[in-house]
Amino acid sequence: MAGIVGYGVHFPIYRIRVEEIAKVWNEDAEAIKNGLNIKEKTVPGRDEDAATIAVEAARRAVRHAGINAKEIGAVYVGSESHPYAVKPTAATVIEAIDAGNNVMAADLEFACKAGTAGVQMAMGLVDSNMVKYGMAIGSDTSQGRPGDALEYTASAGGAAFIIGKEKGKVIADILKTVSYTTDTPDFWRREGASFPSHGGRFTGEPAYFKHITNATKLLLEETGMKPADFTYAIFHQPNGKFPVNVSKQLGFTEKQIEHGLLTPIIGNTYSGASLLGLAATLDVAKAGDRILVTSFGSGAGSDSFAIEVTDSIEAARGRTTKVKDLIGRNKVYIDYATYLKNRDTIKMK
Amino acid sequence: MERSSARLWRKIRARYNLVGNECQSCKSEYFPPRPICKKCGKKTEMAVKKFAGNGEVYSFTKIRVPPDTFREEAPYYVGVIKLEEGPMVEGHILDDGREIKIGTKVRAAFRRMYVEGDEGLIHYQFKFEPI
Ligand SMILES: [Zn+2]
Repeated sequence: MAGIVGYGVHFPIYRIRVEEIAKVWNEDAEAIKNGLNIKEKTVPGRDEDAATIAVEAARRAVRHAGINAKEIGAVYVGSESHPYAVKPTAATVIEAIDAGNNVMAADLEFACKAGTAGVQMAMGLVDSNMVKYGMAIGSDTSQGRPGDALEYTASAGGAAFIIGKEKGKVIADILKTVSYTTDTPDFWRREGASFPSHGGRFTGEPAYFKHITNATKLLLEETGMKPADFTYAIFHQPNGKFPVNVSKQLGFTEKQIEHGLLTPIIGNTYSGASLLGLAATLDVAKAGDRILVTSFGSGAGSDSFAIEVTDSIEAARGRTTKVKDLIGRNKVYIDYATYLKNRDTIKMK
Repeated sequence: MERSSARLWRKIRARYNLVGNECQSCKSEYFPPRPICKKCGKKTEMAVKKFAGNGEVYSFTKIRVPPDTFREEAPYYVGVIKLEEGPMVEGHILDDGREIKIGTKVRAAFRRMYVEGDEGLIHYQFKFEPI
């Protein structure tokens, strides 16, 4: 069965602290930091968007996999902030990684879970021998309306995963994947609208918790595994609090989720979030470790995966930049005014 | 609009991946690609050459009074980068708060170069990032 042959990640160097945003809106920074379990978030530079982040992550993934990009037969880019309403980000990615032109490519959108949806599509193509390798990317430069609670979390980043099934190349087998999808109006953005709208408290129980729980339970049931069978777990992380709570409810420990919990220090990277958590976990995982990943996308749905790391992970280790190293590299803290300028929120005419 | 599409399209390959060319007789390398070799003149064959994008700062300056296209980006660095393979390439250098010096090692990152207003095309290309 298909597995992961390589991955790469990217996020901007700019950061804004919760205190800096809270100051502008006269809110209690400590209360927000504790309530959302978040310290700071990434902010894209003026020259970055979901396409540039996807390309940087994709290039790192190709290097990590140690393959020729021309062997990639499918590229799917999941995002809720594709730079164009019409003109595929995936086409920019295939050109920028020099994958050649005989590539199936499309953009996906399913709020925060479009990246994991791409992984499932790539798995199908690999397992049916339609492609040798498929690439799935989750990349976003998401926006929160100024003054909205989302402004503390909506950040930028992305991850690219290359799926294949060649023995010796696969660093982690994907044992099983299932999904749980319903029509739930928890979060949306209409065509042409600059900022998303959401159902406030409704985004919690009937949306995030219900879908993550149902998908994860279904995965456990179909694999006959229990939480203790996994070394690590990653749950979608719109803030730093939800994934901690849902993991407890499902019977996972804090130790299992600690490596993949990145939102407290980079914010919610939307389509990138679950995949970035998986990448950070694979950075430290050893052969035989089992990893559970459950994403969540508003609207709403969850994809859940059972993954088992192979011996090949060690050989590939030195070829990629670790997530935690990228997070720790020279960060540039910006103030709220620069943040608005970078996010193009200031109208120049 | 039509002119802008064609102009952008012709340059995508070179701009995304630093694709230049190489003279097949004297092995001189060029970026951007040249139709004929500067040294050998007309008679030689030019082959496609993709550069890895690693190099060092050969010369640089900080632009404080930019052309209209980059008005909102200023101040920013532009420089001449000496690629590991040899050719000198002009480009923007990302400002990550660290001091840029002659000899600073850089890699080619992928960024937006400029955007044609609210409804036009987005131009992507390499910019050099200090490593
Ligand atoms: Zn020549």
